[in-house]
Amino acid sequence: MTDGFRRGAFGVTGSGDTSGFGGLVRVEPGGAVALHSTDRPYGGWFDEVTDALVDAVGEQTWAAAVPRVLVDRGEITYFVRREHLLTLVRALRDDEALRFELLSSVSGTDYLDSGGPDAGPGRPRLHVLYHLTSMTYRRRIRLEVAVTGEDPHVPSVTAVYPTADWHERETWDMFGIVFDGHPALTRILMPDDWEGHPQRKDYPLGGVPVEYKGATVPPPDERRSYR
Amino acid sequence: MTTLDDPYAGSRETTEGRVYTVTGGDWDQTFGADPHEDERLVVNMGPQHPSTHGVLRLVLDLEGETVTKARVVIGYLHTGIEKTTEYRTWTQGTTLVTRMDYLSPLFNETAYCLAVEKLLGIEAPPRAQTIRVLVMELNRIASHLVGLATGGMELGALTAMTNGFREREMCLDLLEEITGLRMNHAYVRPGGVAQDLPDGAVEHVREFLQVMPERVAGFHRLLTGQPIWQRRLKDVGYLDVTGCVALGVTGPVLRAAGLPWDLRKTEPYLGYQSYDFEVPTADTSDAWGRYLVRMAEISESLKLVAQALDRLEPGPVMVEDKKIAWPAQLSLGADGTGQSLEHVRHIMGSSMEALIHHFKLVTEGFRVPAGQVYVPIESPRGELGYHVVSDGGTRPSRVHVRDPSFVNLQATAAMSEGGMIADVIAAIASIDPVMGGVDR
Repeated sequence: MTDGFRRGAFGVTGSGDTSGFGGLVRVEPGGAVALHSTDRPYGGWFDEVTDALVDAVGEQTWAAAVPRVLVDRGEITYFVRREHLLTLVRALRDDEALRFELLSSVSGTDYLDSGGPDAGPGRPRLHVLYHLTSMTYRRRIRLEVAVTGEDPHVPSVTAVYPTADWHERETWDMFGIVFDGHPALTRILMPDDWEGHPQRKDYPLGGVPVEYKGATVPPPDERRSYR
Repeated sequence: MTTLDDPYAGSRETTEGRVYTVTGGDWDQTFGADPHEDERLVVNMGPQHPSTHGVLRLVLDLEGETVTKARVVIGYLHTGIEKTTEYRTWTQGTTLVTRMDYLSPLFNETAYCLAVEKLLGIEAPPRAQTIRVLVMELNRIASHLVGLATGGMELGALTAMTNGFREREMCLDLLEEITGLRMNHAYVRPGGVAQDLPDGAVEHVREFLQVMPERVAGFHRLLTGQPIWQRRLKDVGYLDVTGCVALGVTGPVLRAAGLPWDLRKTEPYLGYQSYDFEVPTADTSDAWGRYLVRMAEISESLKLVAQALDRLEPGPVMVEDKKIAWPAQLSLGADGTGQSLEHVRHIMGSSMEALIHHFKLVTEGFRVPAGQVYVPIESPRGELGYHVVSDGGTRPSRVHVRDPSFVNLQATAAMSEGGMIADVIAAIASIDPVMGGVDR
């Protein structure tokens, strides 16, 4: 699955679809993390927020911190380098023109076999998503930080947003992303002595050894299925 | 031949493999040796405890009856639903997410479907949107009634429990009539809802609306004026707006602190901006305020249900696009609800293409263009957000649920440290967490 093509139900390449059914939606490999950046103007209040953010952190930091911005489906995503994450979230929370008081959610995503530019080992496959809400202006933005599986370190934002505590513990638990500076980064949903991080795409799935007429049920990712 | 290498879990070898004995009997060794804190008592409360609102475990440090430290341990109901969605089609996802916060299943379904629809760039037809509002508000009433009932039970008000469940059963009967199931409905689907309202459902909902205001008044007579109930809740579990926002707490807890933050008003979806309803608030920031807010929200939801009934226009309940809409329509047969016989006749008898289409859509599912969205809605417990990522395939690449119970439960320590142990129960009951949503 690392060559960017989907393999069909019976090992065929391409979509494996002979009915034309699957051709209805064009699949863009890695569309979710496509490397392109949206050009200005972004439209709506996106420009206003971006300008305020550039003012708050300074032009130089901005250029170093945010390599690209993506506007998709009415949502704006800032791709942030981890070194500058804390500077950015502090400005986003405290600046009067921004006022993102509420950190709604922190979650992880593993792009290991998505076929996109971040897919495959050694690439920045692990992404941390921060969904910020401005209650004052009623706006929502998303920050995205990408790290590799070999060096999965991201600074913790718990000092800025205390609510990130459990969110980051969950993301550590499920994806093995280490949030440096978190007060107690322990497992939260899985047992304390669990090995591995279940929501990584390369986490081995257990098959159910239910025998029926001599055959057993394989793990879900090894079953014959459409992709 | 028990080995004691591990103080928590000694093990021994048997013919069946290694067997662990989890004793946990090391409290005296761990804490008894400290001469300066001889008053300190560590109480492990839960996860199997009738007052912890589900399989929630609390580790409480006590000085007498005062709680000096409250630690919350969760994960006992973790079922890996988020991971499982990655191995099922987009439509099957509805069946999975409905089981997370099992007291507000229709909110999970709707938020998930809104996220999938946003990825697809489609919108459900007006009738489906109105039906979604209708069932969600019925669900909100049911959920608040359970919150009130179990909260009452945990405080020893057993009549609140029996009465709350009695009225909740009326809501569930209606939901059963509309969706076919009392809970875990899988009724809201990407593109609309699974089936139209059955005959008689509108009349039955109207009858419910006739009965319910008197029942709400009954709760006020039973509890609101009652001195014991007041004294158990007032000034208990205090958390102001600053604390709420810092800890990410939303929903009735935030509104009871005085901030009228309700996503139905602030970021409307499904046409909520065109409905006439109020956002109840309180200014007490305590469990009492949360109780009053929930009671007022039940009344507001009744208003919303009535308005949704009035604006139900005939029309489709699923998008026209046959490449997304579930091929079969359900109908009630002699042996229960199932695929409509007309549809079976059509695909089996007259159209091979329809059969192929049905087969492909049901087994393979539809593809969703790559991208990611975050869709928040106002569930009975606060902001329920779905972060859904598609890589262009027939299954989600990632579904992350920002469950309000999970986030709100973080406030337990802030609400209960420094208070009495009995008030911990009231504080947690006032958060009203659902462990199915917390652990997912």
